[in-house]
Amino acid sequence: MSLQAVDPAALALPEARAEGPATLRGRRLPWIPVGIVAVFALVAVLAPLLSPADPYEQSLRNRFRPPVWEARGSWAHPLGTDRLGRDMLTRIMYGARVSLAVGLLAVFLAGAVGAAVGLAAGYYGGRVDAALMRVTDATLSFPVILLALILAVTVGPSFLNVVIAISVILWARYARVIRGEVLSLMERDFIAQARIAGAGAWRIITRHLAPNTLNTILVLVTLQVGYVIIVEAALSFLGAGIPPPTPAWGSMIAEGRDFVTSAWWVSFLPGLAILLVVLAFNLLGDWLRDTLDPKLRQL
Amino acid sequence: MLRFVAVRLLQSVVTLALLSLVVFVLARTTGDPLHMILPMSATEEDYANARRYLGLDRPYVEQYLSFVGRAVTGDFGTSIRARRPVSELLRERLPNSLRLALFAMAVSLAMAFPLGVLAAVNKGTGVDRSAQIIAILGQSLPSFWIAIVLVEFVAGRWQWLPAGGIGGLSSYVLPGFTLGWFVVAGLMRLLRSGMLEVLDSEYVKLARLKGVAEVRVVWVHALKNALIPVVTFAGIYFSILVTTAIVVETVFAWPGLGRLAYDGITSRDFPVIQAVVLTTAAIVAVVNLGVDVLYAVIDPRIRYAR
Repeated sequence: MSLQAVDPAALALPEARAEGPATLRGRRLPWIPVGIVAVFALVAVLAPLLSPADPYEQSLRNRFRPPVWEARGSWAHPLGTDRLGRDMLTRIMYGARVSLAVGLLAVFLAGAVGAAVGLAAGYYGGRVDAALMRVTDATLSFPVILLALILAVTVGPSFLNVVIAISVILWARYARVIRGEVLSLMERDFIAQARIAGAGAWRIITRHLAPNTLNTILVLVTLQVGYVIIVEAALSFLGAGIPPPTPAWGSMIAEGRDFVTSAWWVSFLPGLAILLVVLAFNLLGDWLRDTLDPKLRQL
Repeated sequence: MLRFVAVRLLQSVVTLALLSLVVFVLARTTGDPLHMILPMSATEEDYANARRYLGLDRPYVEQYLSFVGRAVTGDFGTSIRARRPVSELLRERLPNSLRLALFAMAVSLAMAFPLGVLAAVNKGTGVDRSAQIIAILGQSLPSFWIAIVLVEFVAGRWQWLPAGGIGGLSSYVLPGFTLGWFVVAGLMRLLRSGMLEVLDSEYVKLARLKGVAEVRVVWVHALKNALIPVVTFAGIYFSILVTTAIVVETVFAWPGLGRLAYDGITSRDFPVIQAVVLTTAAIVAVVNLGVDVLYAVIDPRIRYAR
């Protein structure tokens, strides 16, 4: 028998992705959270087209107009106006842009850095792992809001600083989880087989390890978008986030805070928007976790 | 066991040292604090004097080393704004923050236990779903917003509870509730999945066969073992609690560490910022260490891993 007769399929490496099939099929999508996220995303993208007014246009004669369902409300301002007579509906729509942009950007930045660190720590182990995990631990014990406040005071509050401040802390969560995942993957046969086949570090990490952590990353990303949106809003609320007059939900709540008794809608409605979006992302993340990765129950 | 504790202790110290460096660098980059203290009319000479008086004219390495040396002994220097020793401020504020954190933890446990157990026992029913929604709602509510709403209704319109500041037990209710609800979701989820696992185990079946009342099976036999994973994650929840406390303390005018940090940052008070961040990190490190040790005691497999 010649060597050529060997079936090539028998020598082929097991497909990295074949581990832990991620089937979304057969599970019903949670329509309500998906719908809420979709509506807010659409509103954010199309804010200039959909909004009834200019988010910066002031009209002191129209200050504190109540929403349409209240006694003095009118359809001219369906959700009322704020302290400077700006249209609330418009500002909430534009606020969705800020919240979603910060949320997605920070989460993807943090996810990319954290995944890289986690993959490296888990793959190389030993000293590399120990050093990277010390840095990760130090980062984890640093309160996010404190760092963001420091940055805001240092460089001045801005969109970019908020994203950076949040990502600088958030990556550590990904690093921890991905490292754990990689450590258990390293014990599996397909990694050993890839090694035997002569695959280098880069190939093993990018082709065999990384694809197998994608589910985990996806779950984490979804669960963290909500948290990031809350942190951004908290920073804007404290005056260290998105600087006014840019409409951000957190700063809108802060502006309305002194008028809660006479004009409840100014603070209440942006908060409701935050609640809806964050709730939707959390429900979606929960569902994804249960579907893709039930072991991640503690996140 | 001793070796395990020693290694973990050393790791915590390294983490703290690393953090002290980061804090030091960050605090120095937040702009010149003298602009905040000295009057507009101050001359160059006034600036030079103040700088020398506060030790800000020395090389950075020297400033850092003397900072670490004194920090170890609990001396964090003098607050630039309050002109009082930072350690004094910490002694004043820390107990307030710890009390609030403990109260919040009690609130979250009091909510998470019944929710988690009820959800597990009634898995897949409306009770399960409602319990999960209550928990996840807490995680989705912006704490500063729910604080404003609570203050307006409970403290303002109905006048049931004080709106802010620290006083008797009633002053803890609103901030404690705001803070506690946020971490309910994680705790509840852990309890639920832990309970589901345990309720399916042989010893629970045996207890039922023996004729132990169902209430006792659930709340005593099963719950005890479902608690183990909860203990491990207590550390993470505590650090989330500390972070959220900054916002909650600011909204409720609570004289704690969070409020101190906020004031310190807005007035560029280096010594205060350094002290608060390091104290917070040290507390988180101690809690994590305690949790690890406790876990190693409960579950010996952990000690020998790694």
